[in-house]
Amino acid sequence: MKSKFFRSLAILLVSGVATFSVYADDVLLNVSFDPTRELYEEVNKQFVDSWKKKTGKALTIQQSHGGSGKQARAVIDGLEADVVTLALAYDIDSIVTNSGAVSKDWEKSFPHHSVPYYSTIVFLVRKGNPKAIKDWDDVVKPGIGVITPNPKTSGGARWNYLAAWGFAKKKYGTEEKATEFVKALYKNTSVLDTGARGSTTTFVQRGIGDVLLAWENEAELAISESKKANGGNSQLEVVYPSASILAETPVAVVEKVTNKKGTTELAKAYLNFLYTKEGQEIIAKHFFRPNDAAVLKANASKFPKVNLFDVRSIEGSWAAAHKKHFADGGLFDSIYGEAKK
Amino acid sequence: MKLIFRPYSKTSFGLSFGLTVFYLSCFVVIPLSALVFKSANLGWAGLLSVFSEDRIQKALLLSFGAGGVAAIINLFVGFLFAWVLVRYDFPGKRILDSLVDLPFTLPTAVAGIALTTIYSPKGWIGQFFEPLGIKIAYTPAGIVIALVFIGFPFVVRTVQPILEELPKELEESAFCLGASRFQTFTKVILPELVPSLLTGTSMAFARGIGEYGSVVFISGNLPGKTEILPLLIVTKLEQYEYAKATGIALLMLVLSFAIMFGINYFQNKASRRLG
Repeated sequence: MKSKFFRSLAILLVSGVATFSVYADDVLLNVSFDPTRELYEEVNKQFVDSWKKKTGKALTIQQSHGGSGKQARAVIDGLEADVVTLALAYDIDSIVTNSGAVSKDWEKSFPHHSVPYYSTIVFLVRKGNPKAIKDWDDVVKPGIGVITPNPKTSGGARWNYLAAWGFAKKKYGTEEKATEFVKALYKNTSVLDTGARGSTTTFVQRGIGDVLLAWENEAELAISESKKANGGNSQLEVVYPSASILAETPVAVVEKVTNKKGTTELAKAYLNFLYTKEGQEIIAKHFFRPNDAAVLKANASKFPKVNLFDVRSIEGSWAAAHKKHFADGGLFDSIYGEAKK
Repeated sequence: MKLIFRPYSKTSFGLSFGLTVFYLSCFVVIPLSALVFKSANLGWAGLLSVFSEDRIQKALLLSFGAGGVAAIINLFVGFLFAWVLVRYDFPGKRILDSLVDLPFTLPTAVAGIALTTIYSPKGWIGQFFEPLGIKIAYTPAGIVIALVFIGFPFVVRTVQPILEELPKELEESAFCLGASRFQTFTKVILPELVPSLLTGTSMAFARGIGEYGSVVFISGNLPGKTEILPLLIVTKLEQYEYAKATGIALLMLVLSFAIMFGINYFQNKASRRLG
């Protein structure tokens, strides 16, 4: 009895050490947000292959997806991510200020402010565009049902909000007009889901609302799903507004973790892979806009030209934008309070 | 040997009591005191400013209001269910009996999504209410429906065993002494059930206040209108306002504790009167 027990214990121990050593070898954890799931599945496969060719070493890349803010909090609270690839710079800044796990000048570590790919906010409408929604001005007209998530809980919703705000500020010039504009927008909402995917479900599955404010790649995904479900005929259409926000989705190495694990170089190589031609092609395939001009040009039919403005040009920085609009007592709280009174 | 001959009530009391306290500390006391410490970062003024926020007060009213309405609905419907399950025999009774537990076992998010699909303006049930101008999903009514769903088993499962064990002789003697059916019900059966009805209802209520998963889908999350307290905690966390988030949690804890305390008091009173 006794010997059997010890034998099984030994087997357990050995196999435990064996699995551990497999993982201890080369394993990278990428903590990302929801809409990038399919993108990184493909990126990781390619990178693992090229890494094997280059160094002869096997590599495992683990993915974690969820709401961008939630993911950032997990890293702050000690999730051992090697790299973070999140929905907005503010979430990475928060990791810097709350835990110091990412170095302060992360934005300078990689090209284009550490943004290998970007997206924008577009309109998803029903087939034939029955309410004739062409631009932001049509979205805020009385009687239009708008679906967008809650900016307090969703990173994507903050991009939606800032896209509308930036459009109005550029077109009408003053902050008061822009405030009126965003107020009218939220007067048209009847549901604020907690995340971008939830809003897509509300609009597509439940048939509520006339227009969904969505990430470009999320809109394309909804259309291809609709095509699948309706035998090649999409029940939805994408409308590109005259101007929208440059939704930058930044990446960073979590140095506190990689220094400890000794994976800093690997993590850097992984993120740099996103900037290579191969990486950029995969990105374009998944409807994120590549930063590489040549790749973008090659996929021009996929990405209609939209006048894009960035957060820096309308609010200076993400921290400033957050404080002014989304923090407690900020503009979102006040316009919402008034819009619904 | 000595141990075995100890009186029953003393058998390894020290060890089991120690384990109980240790367990309680690990899973209840320490996490909850962390809540107090974390929100202490705010100080009194900060804590009060959190509570005086308009949105929080509205959410507070909604969470406790919807929780209360749902608990009362559950009280009546749950009682009826328990009555039917105990007093009558019919085909499919066992299936019905096991269906009662479904809200316990189902992930609440699944329940929320299913309820929203059915009660949304284009849903199976919602489409019939839409022309009448009645909206269910994305209004407080939807929140009540979700809370009725998740709180439903509590009343049934607390009343059922008591009702089963109620001696038949009790009713028979009431009849023999000339009580009407109504009198027998209100004066003999009901008082026996009051403590368990109260327990079941208060548990359903407590569960409803803290419910998040099923409600976020059906509520629509409009600030000041259909925003529940747990959602506000999530929004504070999303903004990395840990102290404020725990401040709201603390408020919920204190209020829930006060309510539980009050219910326990009345329950004791009720059972003493019977005793």
